[in-house]
Amino acid sequence: MKRLKDFIAPSLLVFALIVCWEMIARFIGMAFILPSPTQVVVKLWELKNILLLVHLPATLQVILTGLFLSIVLGVGLAVWMNLSKVAEKTFYPIIISSQTIPIIAIAPIFVLWFGYTTIWAKVVVTILITFFPITVNTFDGLRSSSKELKELLLTMGARKMDIFFKLQVPSALPHFYSGLKVAVTLSVIGAAIGEWLGAQAGLGYFSRRMMTQFDGAGVFAPIVLLSIVGIVLFLLVILLEKITLKWRKTE
Amino acid sequence: MLEKLSFNVKPGEFISIVGPSGSGKSTLFKLITGLEEPSFGDILINGESYDNRLGRVGYMPQQDLLMPWRTILSNAALPLELKGVKQQDAHHQVMGLLEEFGLKGTEHKYPSDLSGGMRQRVSFLRTVLSGSNVLLLDEPFSSLDAITRLTMQEWLLDQWEKWKTTVLFITHDVDEALFLSDRIFVFTKSPVKKLEEVNVPLDRPRKLRDIHHPEVIQLKEHLLDQLRARVEL
Repeated sequence: MKRLKDFIAPSLLVFALIVCWEMIARFIGMAFILPSPTQVVVKLWELKNILLLVHLPATLQVILTGLFLSIVLGVGLAVWMNLSKVAEKTFYPIIISSQTIPIIAIAPIFVLWFGYTTIWAKVVVTILITFFPITVNTFDGLRSSSKELKELLLTMGARKMDIFFKLQVPSALPHFYSGLKVAVTLSVIGAAIGEWLGAQAGLGYFSRRMMTQFDGAGVFAPIVLLSIVGIVLFLLVILLEKITLKWRKTE
Repeated sequence: MLEKLSFNVKPGEFISIVGPSGSGKSTLFKLITGLEEPSFGDILINGESYDNRLGRVGYMPQQDLLMPWRTILSNAALPLELKGVKQQDAHHQVMGLLEEFGLKGTEHKYPSDLSGGMRQRVSFLRTVLSGSNVLLLDEPFSSLDAITRLTMQEWLLDQWEKWKTTVLFITHDVDEALFLSDRIFVFTKSPVKKLEEVNVPLDRPRKLRDIHHPEVIQLKEHLLDQLRARVEL
């Protein structure tokens, strides 16, 4: 019952915003500038086959490949920096400064490198956007483990491996999930940017194509789907977190 | 901190170490466990000198330091796990001991579900399971409330009599030291050069009220005077 109550306030707000939007859009009456929510929903229904069967799978492929590689690279780098002070000194500043590069501006170069036809240009954009929160959070998590516990483990005769797997990894897990939550929402943006700049399929690509045709509702329909993908991915991470970090529920 | 300090402890003895904070009590424990190495001299455990003492004695820290992500069962099984005992065997061994430690039914709970006293019991069980016959307890009850502490002291004596281990117990509570130990080492102001050693004139098994014996009270006052002289305000 309490959970239901938590949803009432945000639902009311979203509903009110949608009603406002509907009224303003009808008042303006120019769907190519501002389509009304009902027009978007109708469009979504009309285009459901091509959106769900062609463009959604294409985008999902980019998102999931990008996220997977990002987790592998990000966690790998975090572990390496945790093991070696030299690696930390070398990579940490580069990772931070990499975030100051406007990725949208350099993304066209990846399209030149990898071409329109493969997923790789889009995957690279997704990786560049998502690996930062994963790497930094995992690294901070690995270092957050308690020094007292480490000493206690040492007095029990633990080896370096034991300390890593039995202490550092479990301590890092909650931080890793925080990073992953940020990363999954960003991954949708990364994939959309990549597709926007050069692709032959995908929700971002479809949205841009509709833009050139002045089809306002057609621009919004795939964006609604992208947002749903982001929300679903986020909820999946929360579910995974709940399952693997059972001990946290009591806190 | 410690300079030319020498003492020995008989097997099965209960020794308390009292002293003001910063007098080097914890440093002594770090040396014995092997977390730190002495610049001079040697430390023998069960009459033997080891190059690497880590893993040779059981150490129980001031905070319970249970891993919040592990259940009570797997927290207690940790030292066995580190020794390479199969998980099934380790859990079996722990399950057999939980009841004796007053922890029956808590095996699948997490440390955050337990009270401070219960968590210290788990911590002590974990220390016992390190398998060593020498246990170092570093102010294990200092974070507990007064009543829980008394219960835990009695409980610890029961356990100690059952396991027949050698115990070194750091405390700054003189009553606690008198009630628990055979001998009390008083740490002087650092660097510690020599130990003031006090024998507790009480027989075992003891009751809590035994420390109100006139002889013990006299000893307590003597100890307090000594400690007080060393605390500079």
